[in-house]
Order: sequence, then C-alpha cells, then structure tokens
Amino acid sequence: MPIDPKEVVWIEEPKIGLLEALYIPAIVNGLKTTFKHAMQPPVTLQYPEEKPTLPPHYKGVHRLNRDDKGRVKCVACFLCSTACPAHCIEIEAAEADKADPNWADRDKYPSRFVIDELRCIYCGMCEEACPVDAIELTTLYNFSELGATDSRKQYLFDRDKLLSIFDATTKSGADPVRTHMGALSIASEPGETKAGMSP
Amino acid sequence: MFLENLIARVLPADWVWLAPYGATAVIIGIVFGAVMTAVAYGILVERWVAAAIQNRHGPNRVGPLGLFQPIADGLKPLLKEEVIPARAEKWLFLLAPALAAMTTLAVFAVVPVGPADDLSGPIRFIVAPSIDVGILYIFALGSLAVYGVILAGWSSNSKYSFLGALRSSAQVVSYEIPLGLSVLGVVLVSGTLNLEEIQRQQEGTFLFGWNLFTQPLAFVLFMAAALAEAHRLPFDLAECEQELVAGYHAEYSGLKFAFFMLSEYVHMITVGFLTAILFLGGWHFPLLATHDSTYALAWVVKLGVLLAKVGFFVVLFMFLRWTIPRFRFDQLMGLAWRVMIPLGIANLLVVVVVKQFDLHPIWMTAGSLALFVGAGLFHAVTVQRRIASPRRVPPQLAGV
Repeated sequence: MPIDPKEVVWIEEPKIGLLEALYIPAIVNGLKTTFKHAMQPPVTLQYPEEKPTLPPHYKGVHRLNRDDKGRVKCVACFLCSTACPAHCIEIEAAEADKADPNWADRDKYPSRFVIDELRCIYCGMCEEACPVDAIELTTLYNFSELGATDSRKQYLFDRDKLLSIFDATTKSGADPVRTHMGALSIASEPGETKAGMSP
Repeated sequence: MFLENLIARVLPADWVWLAPYGATAVIIGIVFGAVMTAVAYGILVERWVAAAIQNRHGPNRVGPLGLFQPIADGLKPLLKEEVIPARAEKWLFLLAPALAAMTTLAVFAVVPVGPADDLSGPIRFIVAPSIDVGILYIFALGSLAVYGVILAGWSSNSKYSFLGALRSSAQVVSYEIPLGLSVLGVVLVSGTLNLEEIQRQQEGTFLFGWNLFTQPLAFVLFMAAALAEAHRLPFDLAECEQELVAGYHAEYSGLKFAFFMLSEYVHMITVGFLTAILFLGGWHFPLLATHDSTYALAWVVKLGVLLAKVGFFVVLFMFLRWTIPRFRFDQLMGLAWRVMIPLGIANLLVVVVVKQFDLHPIWMTAGSLALFVGAGLFHAVTVQRRIASPRRVPPQLAGV
C-alpha cells in the first residue's frame, strides 16, 4: 500500500556554505576534538592497583545484621527466600530458648542460613522483603578476599560467615545506605515495634 | 666517509675495492633494522594514541610503561599456528605477504633517511645515493605492492578477502593518478626526480623555500592520496572490519599476517618521509639545520629535524584515523575522479604557467589557493542547486 502523500514529511537538506565545502576546517575541528580527548586523563581504573569507590547502595555480597545485643537479627520468617527470584537462600528455623534471659523476647531464629553467592543475581529483593532489616547487600564484591577461591562450596555463605561480614563492614564503616554505622530503620527498632504494631 | 674507511682499513689490500659494497651492506642493515624497529614501535604508538583519544590507558603492562609490548607482539605471530585454507591457491597464498613486505621495504632504497649529502656523519643516510628516477622508482614499487593485496584476496578463496582485494585495487588505481599529479607539480618546479636534489632545492630564504608554501593544494592532494595508497582511515575500505571481517588478509594468520601488518606500517612511514622530503624541505630547518651549518654533530640535528617531521606526520595519520569516519565506496571513487584529479590537473596547469612565464613563485601559492577556494565554492553552489531542485518534487510544491 503506497504511503499517503499527506503523511510524507519533506525534510530540507541543510545548506552548505563555503567553509563546509572546503572540508579542511571541518577536519581541523575534528582534530581539535580528538586532541582535546587525548589530553584528558584516562577514565579507566587500573583495577588491581586502583580500587573503585562504590556508591553505598551498591549491591554486593550479603550480610546478616546483628541487633543491639549482638544476636542475629533475622527472625527466620522466610520472606527473603520467598522473594528471592533465584532461589538462592536456604533457611532452617529454630525455636528460641525462652528460659534464656538473653533470648526471652524472641520466638524464632535461623539455625541455618545459607546463601549461594554464585546463584544469587544481586537484585536486592531480599533486603526489600526483610521486615526487620536483617539481610542487606554490602559494597563488597571481591570473593577471593572473602575466602572463596578455588571451589564452588566456598561460595555457600552460611550464617556465621554472613554475620562476620556484618562485623567487618560495620568496623570498616562500609555500611550500606539503608543502615548507617549500625543504626537501623524505624521498622526494625524494638521500641517502635512494641508501640506501633500488634505482636 | 667514516664507515667506508673503517672497512677499507680492516680489509686486506687486495680486497679494498670491496669497501663501498661492504659499507652499503651495513647501511642496508642499519636502515632495515631502523625501519623494523620503527614499525614495531609505530604499532605501540598507534595503540597509545588510540587509547589516549578514547580516554583509556593503552598497553602499559609489558615492561616499564608497556615499552616491551612490541617484543611480545613480534614473538606472538612466530608461535601461532600457520593456517592455509584447504581451498586456497597455495603458492600464490604464500607469495602474497612476501610480495607485500618486499615491495614496501624496497622503497627505502632511494629515500634519504637522514641528511644524505652531509658526509660528516658516520654513515651515508641513503642506501642508493643519486638515483635520478627516485620518485618514479617509489611509485613503481607502490603499484607493485597492490599485487600483494590482489593475490592475497584472490588466492585465499574467501568472499571477504576477494571483496577487500577488489576494493583495494580499484582504490589504489584511482588514487595513484592524483598522487602522481600532485607530485608532478613538485617535480616540474624542481626539474628532477631525485629526492635528494628536490630536498636541496627547498633550502630557500627562511621557511619559504619549502614546497608546502608554494604548492599548498598539491600538499593537500598528496596527503589525501597518500593516505588512500597506504590504506589508512578514512580510506581503509580494503580492510574495513565492520563489513569485510578484515579484508584481503582475513584468511592469514601468524607470521604471514604479521607481514601484511608490517607492510602497512612501512607504507605509512614511507608516506611520512615522502611528505617531509617533498613538501617540508626534508632535514632543512631555518637557522637550526641548513646547508651551511658546520658545527660539530650538525648531522645529528639534521637527522633529528627530519625524523621529527616524519614523526609528526605519522602521529597526524594516527589522529586522523580517529577523527574522520570511513568513506562510502562511491564517495571514495567520487573524491578521486571528480575532485582530486581535476584539481590536480588544474594545479599542474598553474605550475606550468608560472614556470613558462618565469613568474614569482608567490603566484603559484596564489593560484593554488584560488583553485582550492574555487573548488569549495563550486561544490557549495552545485550542492545548493541540487537542494533547490530535488529530483523528487514535494507534492505541495509541485501543486499536486
């Protein structure tokens, strides 16, 4: 079917002056651009020697946060493993010992919490899903520095490993953007939970 | 001459007549080695320039600042597997890279690589001095180099190689004409084809003896045509990666590929030398390096001046590569046949008129510039007319 002539848009070719027709000024202009770029410092990082400064919302290796008593903050609600599109979080819940005064205010805790860091796609859905801000993505990305070097099994990060990443990042000040230097958001503060929400 | 005397002193009395031959052999060795080193480091510099323009670092891992990269690059093709396609014409396939490398290297026999007439230096800076057909010899070998490309493309039995070779031969045949026309103006003014003599005649007052100032148009034509001859961007249609994989050397690997790479860079260095000698007075620089400068080690300064000019052009070619996008094939042919050849002939006419009536050389400059601006005006006016009367008339204008 031919195009309706009314729909055809006619575009004028730009007019060319003497300076453009001589071409040499255009080439000199182009050379100016290339020369300007040649004088600029390179933007490439020499990686192993120079490390990038990552933004705090970078999605790297996970960590499991501790609460103010040093216990694992996770309440083993399984929301993160449900939300996870890659099915890389494996949790086993255990009942908290009510007799222990240290655990009196808690019902559940994860006895086993394993993240397959190779299966994870680093989308951040787990930290979105977590009701108590227990799981977070840090700015760490170098697994060889985290002990995963020569075997796939080493990429299965268990609960203690993830807690140790929390300790390391909190100490070095490399906290993710949602919690700064250990201070967490309102939803996970114990006082707020008691006052505002039904148990 | 220092080297010849040295060899004559070492040889027994009956063999003294061999001394000039020995000296020439040593000079060939030195020039060959220097060109090879220049090619190796030319590739490194090209990568550095490319990286700098793209805000990258470039090679910097092998040795300090990456300076040993050429050694690694040279050793790599030696260790690689040499693949000869099963359907290839074997002997021609093997002959092609050899032909390409030989013809481009043989050009350096007549190119003065330093102050050739300054005998105070340790060696003579030209392999074959006083060759009266110097430029002719260079063009003859330049045309022979096309055989390497055509044979490579045809004998590989691959469509990409074949297309690359076809494009390349058409391009080289077309651009040899403006190249010859632009040099012919210089040859007419100098009255010789001898490169040393052409260089000598440019030692005028201050800078203004240089052919660049008397024939700026010929200089522009020569630069463009020489870029096309050397298959450098924006004229590298013979090996454009996006369309033809690699062009005529797509099927080559290992050392045979290295030979093509080598011939390409030798060609670029040759073009740098030719531009410096034909248009920028070779090693001549006012006050610093003239025919009369007799201070000690004057030959070092002269050599430095010449190499600086050559280096400038080589780096300029590398910059142009990242500045101008590649031509379309019809644009390439149109540029040669519709722009450069008429301009070259007109420029030749200006030179002939100035020579015939013994006018001041400034008239050559004026005529050259007038031709250049005139061509620009002509182009602007014809394009304007084409815009004003397009072949397909918009219906609202045609009254349909």
